[in-house]
Amino acid sequence: MKAILGKKIEMTQVFDDNGNVIPVTVVRCNGNSIVGIRTRERDGYNAVILGYGVAKHPNLPHRGIFKKMGIAPVKIMREIRKEDIEGTNIGGTVPVSQFEVGEKVFVTGVSKGKGFQGPIKRWGFTRGPMSHGSKSHRVQGSIGASADPARVWKGKKMAGRMGGVRVTLKNVSIVKIDDEQNLIYLKGAVPGTRGSFLVIKR
Amino acid sequence: MEKVQDFGVADKIRVYIKIKEGDKERTQRFEGIVIKENGSGIGRTFTVRRVSYGVGIERIFPLHSPNIQKIQVVKRGKVRRAKLYYLRERKGKRAMRVKEA
Repeated sequence: MKAILGKKIEMTQVFDDNGNVIPVTVVRCNGNSIVGIRTRERDGYNAVILGYGVAKHPNLPHRGIFKKMGIAPVKIMREIRKEDIEGTNIGGTVPVSQFEVGEKVFVTGVSKGKGFQGPIKRWGFTRGPMSHGSKSHRVQGSIGASADPARVWKGKKMAGRMGGVRVTLKNVSIVKIDDEQNLIYLKGAVPGTRGSFLVIKR
Repeated sequence: MEKVQDFGVADKIRVYIKIKEGDKERTQRFEGIVIKENGSGIGRTFTVRRVSYGVGIERIFPLHSPNIQKIQVVKRGKVRRAKLYYLRERKGKRAMRVKEA
């Protein structure tokens, strides 16, 4: 399992060898470090903990943990399951060059919040006719049967808060890797606003 | 970029385009009036219009495409519009006429 933490910068485009335009999202992955290791003997499973960014105002327990390890406190920590943890040590760097161009990765982030939305936008319901005497323009319609079950099923798709949830995209291909600036160019769109936090995994 | 000569809307330009056919490569030219510029940065495009055998043809090129080898300005034009859509309605000689700079 390879993984890196990053920040969504912007969407732009690149040209491939044939001159085709490819839409890409630029993700900045600088300052990744290993801030912890889970071992089977002690924790029951193998994993590494990645750290990203610099914590501006770490609280006391946070500071204590990092003081013990002898490294600067990080802003965000994420645990990544990894069977082969040999050779990894705390404080080690996580380079973008561990990924290759053309590789398919999983991208996890928090999607943009859309606020309170109706069932048409939120769940893709079809709308009613807009004319010919119809008044059911964007209404939900029936939400269930009558006397039996005499209630609405749990989990019924209805209007409500949309977006702002954790989303994972699978098989996103890597178009370009910039080693010097620690940038990864992912094909297409990824969840979240500009500046939001992402986990890239494989 | 060096290969791109400075040009703008209303200029008559010649675009040299690299075309790949199988494993052969050749250059195609497209000459016409720039009627529109769109976008910014790497995504900038421009539209070239020409009239060929009485049929209007417009091609949209990405300005920074690696397939564009060269852009030559044939004639400078002067207009008071950013988009020259009015040329689409014109017929005959007037279809390709803009004031010279």
